[in-house]
Amino acid sequence: MKMLSEPLCGTTPKQSPKAIAVALRRTTPSAWFGVAIIVLYALIAIFAPLIAPYGETEVVSSVPYGPWTQQTFLGTDQLGRDVFSRLIFGARNTIGISLAATMITFVVGVSLGITAAVLGGAVDMLMSRIVDAIMALPQLVVILVMLSVVGSSVFNLIVLIGIAGATNVFRLARSVSLNVTVMDYVEDARVRGESLVWIVFREVLPNILPTLVAEFGMRFCFVVLTISALSFLGLGIQPPTADWGSMVRESATLISYGDVTPLLPAAAIAFLAIGVNFVVDWFLNYANGLRDDH
Amino acid sequence: MIINPKDQEILLSINDLRIEAEADDGWHPIVDGVSLVLRKGEVLGLIGESGAGKSTIGLASMGFTRPGCRIAGGQVIFNGSDLLKLPKRQLRSFRGTRIAYVAQSAAMAFNPAHRILDQTVETAVNDMATPRKEANANALDLFRELQLPDVEQLAHRYPHQVSGGQLQRAMTAMAMSCRPELIIFDEPTTALDVTTQVEVLAAIRKVVAEHNTAAIYITHDLAVVSQMADRVMVLRHGKEVEQAPTREMLSSPREAYTKSLWSVRQMHKPAEPRQDAVLEIRNIDATYGRGAITVLDDVSVSVPRGRTLSIVGESGSGKSTLARVVTGLLRPSAGDILFNGVAVPPVLKSRTREQLRQIQLVYQSADTALNPRQRVRDLVGRRLDLYFGLAGREKERRVGELLDMVELGSRYIDRFPGELSGGQKQRISLARALAAKPELMICDEITSALDQIVQGEILKLLTRLQRETNVTYMFITHDIATVKAISDEVVVMNRGKVVQQGPKDSVLSPPYPDYTERLLRSVPEIDPDWLDRLLAARQ
Repeated sequence: MKMLSEPLCGTTPKQSPKAIAVALRRTTPSAWFGVAIIVLYALIAIFAPLIAPYGETEVVSSVPYGPWTQQTFLGTDQLGRDVFSRLIFGARNTIGISLAATMITFVVGVSLGITAAVLGGAVDMLMSRIVDAIMALPQLVVILVMLSVVGSSVFNLIVLIGIAGATNVFRLARSVSLNVTVMDYVEDARVRGESLVWIVFREVLPNILPTLVAEFGMRFCFVVLTISALSFLGLGIQPPTADWGSMVRESATLISYGDVTPLLPAAAIAFLAIGVNFVVDWFLNYANGLRDDH
Repeated sequence: MIINPKDQEILLSINDLRIEAEADDGWHPIVDGVSLVLRKGEVLGLIGESGAGKSTIGLASMGFTRPGCRIAGGQVIFNGSDLLKLPKRQLRSFRGTRIAYVAQSAAMAFNPAHRILDQTVETAVNDMATPRKEANANALDLFRELQLPDVEQLAHRYPHQVSGGQLQRAMTAMAMSCRPELIIFDEPTTALDVTTQVEVLAAIRKVVAEHNTAAIYITHDLAVVSQMADRVMVLRHGKEVEQAPTREMLSSPREAYTKSLWSVRQMHKPAEPRQDAVLEIRNIDATYGRGAITVLDDVSVSVPRGRTLSIVGESGSGKSTLARVVTGLLRPSAGDILFNGVAVPPVLKSRTREQLRQIQLVYQSADTALNPRQRVRDLVGRRLDLYFGLAGREKERRVGELLDMVELGSRYIDRFPGELSGGQKQRISLARALAAKPELMICDEITSALDQIVQGEILKLLTRLQRETNVTYMFITHDIATVKAISDEVVVMNRGKVVQQGPKDSVLSPPYPDYTERLLRSVPEIDPDWLDRLLAARQ
C-alpha cells in the first residue's frame, strides 16, 4: 500500500477538518451507541446531586426493600434508601474510583514497560521476573489480603488495584515496545544523545498509543468489575457510600423473590462495559486503518 | 535466448487496463489505460520509478489487485479468456499452475515453518494432482537447473537456513514447478548483492529460455532489464511512456524520460585529492555475540576532510558494522578512533554531546529512521534544540532554512513522514543530520532503497551540500555506479577486512586485487550482451 499511497499523499496534505470528517465517516453505529452510553454515564456521574431525587444516604422510607412507587422510582433498599438515587450516586463512585485506579495502572505499567523494553538486558530481565512473580499470585486474593492488612479506604483501594493491574499493562507495553525499540529512529535518538525519559515518552510511547488506548478501555472495565467484586465481598467501597457492586450484594437476597432490583446495578455495570468495548473496537479499527494508509 | 516473437502466438494481451486505488477522498487512477501484448516464450521488461504501476500491472495480469485497489476497466486476456471476467474459483485454477509469481523478497514469501521442498511442490501436488514423488523429483531437477548447490540437502532445509540468493532461486523453482506458461517476476533480484544477483539472473534466464516460458520482468534497474527482456516497456504515473525491443530501446530511446532513467549510471564526479584526515580508524577489531563472531578484523581507514569516502562491499563484509563502531553503537574489542586527531571514547554514553554532534548517521531506510508520529518540524528541529538550544521562532526559521537546503521548502514543515514520498523522506533525514552542523556524515546505503531518478537527485544534493558546507561523507554502499557518482576515495571491504583503500580512480581501474575485480565485474551494465560475456569469461 505504501507505493500506492505515496503520490496521493504528496498531492493532498492532510488537513485537520478533513481528518475529522474522515474519522466521523468511519464511525460505526455501534461506536455511536458506545459513545452515547459513555457520555450519558459521565453526565450522570458529574451531575449526580442535581439529577438524583434524594440524597446518597438519605432514608426516605421506613419500609426496607420497598416496592417501586411514584416517590421511590425503583423501590428502596434494606435501610429504606432510594435505590434510584443510590444508582445515580453509585455511577459517581464506581466510575470515579475505577478511572483513578486505571490511570495509576497505566502510568506505572506503561512507563516501566517501555523502560524495560528500551533498556533491555539485565534491567529488563529483573523487571519482567518481578512482574511474573506478582502475576503468579491470583490478583483478587492479593488485593483482598493487602486490603485487610492496610485497611479498606478509597485511597488504598485505588492504589492497590492500580498496582495489581499494572502488571498486565507492563507486559503489554513491554512487548509492543519491543517492536518499536528496534526501529532506526530509536537508535538515532540514542546516537544524538537523548535521555531515557525522552526515548520512552517521545519516541516510543506515541507509536504504541493506539494499542494502549484500546487496552485502557478494557482495563477500565476490569477495574470496575474488580471493585464491584471487592465491594460484593465487603472489602471494597465501604457503606454508606453507594456503589454498584455493594448494591448488588446488599439486595442480593431479593432475587430469590423474583425482584429485578438487585439486577439493576449489575445491568449498569454491564452497560458500561459494553459501551466502552464498542468504542474500543471502533478505535482499534480506526487506528489500524490509519496505519494501512501509510 | 533466441526467439522470434513474430512466430509465436499471443499468450497474454492487456487492453486499456485501468486500475484505481482508494484514498480518503475517493478513488484515484494508478494504472491508466495500459495495453500490452505478450507472445509465448517472450520476456517483457516493465521499468519505471516506484509508484509507476509496474507491480500493479504485474499482479493484474494474474487477475489480481491489492487490497484497496479495483480494476476500473479494460481486459486481461490470457489464452483467450478474460481473467477479469472469470469467477474466482476458475481464476484460482489459473494461478500457480498456468501463471506464477515470483516476489521481490523470497524471505517474506516463504513460510518459515515448512521445508523448502514441501513448499516448492505444494501447488503441483495439490492443484495438478501430481504424485508427490514425481513432483519432488521434478523440483530437485529444477533446483539443479537453477544451479543451487547440494540440492538434496538444500531441499530439506527451512527457508532461514539458506542464503537470500538461494531462496530467490528456490522461489523461481516453485514458480516453475507446474510448468506455467507465464511467470511474473517482481523485482526478484533487487534485495540481493551484486555478486549473488548475477547467479540468479543467469539461472532465471536459462530456465525461462529452456522451457519456453513467457515472462513479465518488473524492475527499476535498466541494466538488469537489458539482460533479461526481449522487449521493454517504460511506465510512468501508470501510463506507458514508450515500448520497444530491448536493443532498440537502449540504443535510441525516444522519450526524454527514458533517457533520464539511466542518468545516475553516467554521473561522475572528478576525485579531489585529500588534505588532512577528519577521522582516523586505527586497527579496529569488533565482534558480535561475546566474541563468537568476528565482524571487523584489524580495520584501519582514514577519512579525508571535506571529501567523500565510499566503503563498498557485499552484505556481511562489515561495512555497516564499521559505521556502528564509529558512531559508538558497538564497542570495538580493540583499536582507536581518532576524530580531528583526538581519541573519542568507544561507547556512546561516555561521549560528550559535542562529540555526538560532530558525527551524524543517516540511515538506509527513511521509513524506519523517521518517527512516524513526529512532524517534520520536530524531526528536524530536535537537534537544533538539543545541540544549540534554539527554540520558538529562531528554531522555526532554522528548520525552514534546512528544508530549503535539501530542496524541500518550509511548506513541508507540518507533514508527518507518512505524507511524504521515499525521496522526500530521505531528504528529511539529510536535513535532520545537517541540523547538527556535523563535520562527518555517515551515509549507510542511503540511496539503495530509492529508484534511479530519485537516487540521482539525492546524489546531486549530497554533492552540492558538500560544496556548500564542506561536510565529510563516509558513504557506505554496494553500488559501484553510486561510488563513481559521488566519491573521492574508496575503501573495498570483504569479510571484515579492508581489501583496498585509495583514491577512486586508482581503486576503480586495473590492476585489481581478485575480490575488487569480482565485485566490479558483477555490476550489471546497460548492454544486452553483458551477462553473456561475463558467463562466457567465467568458463
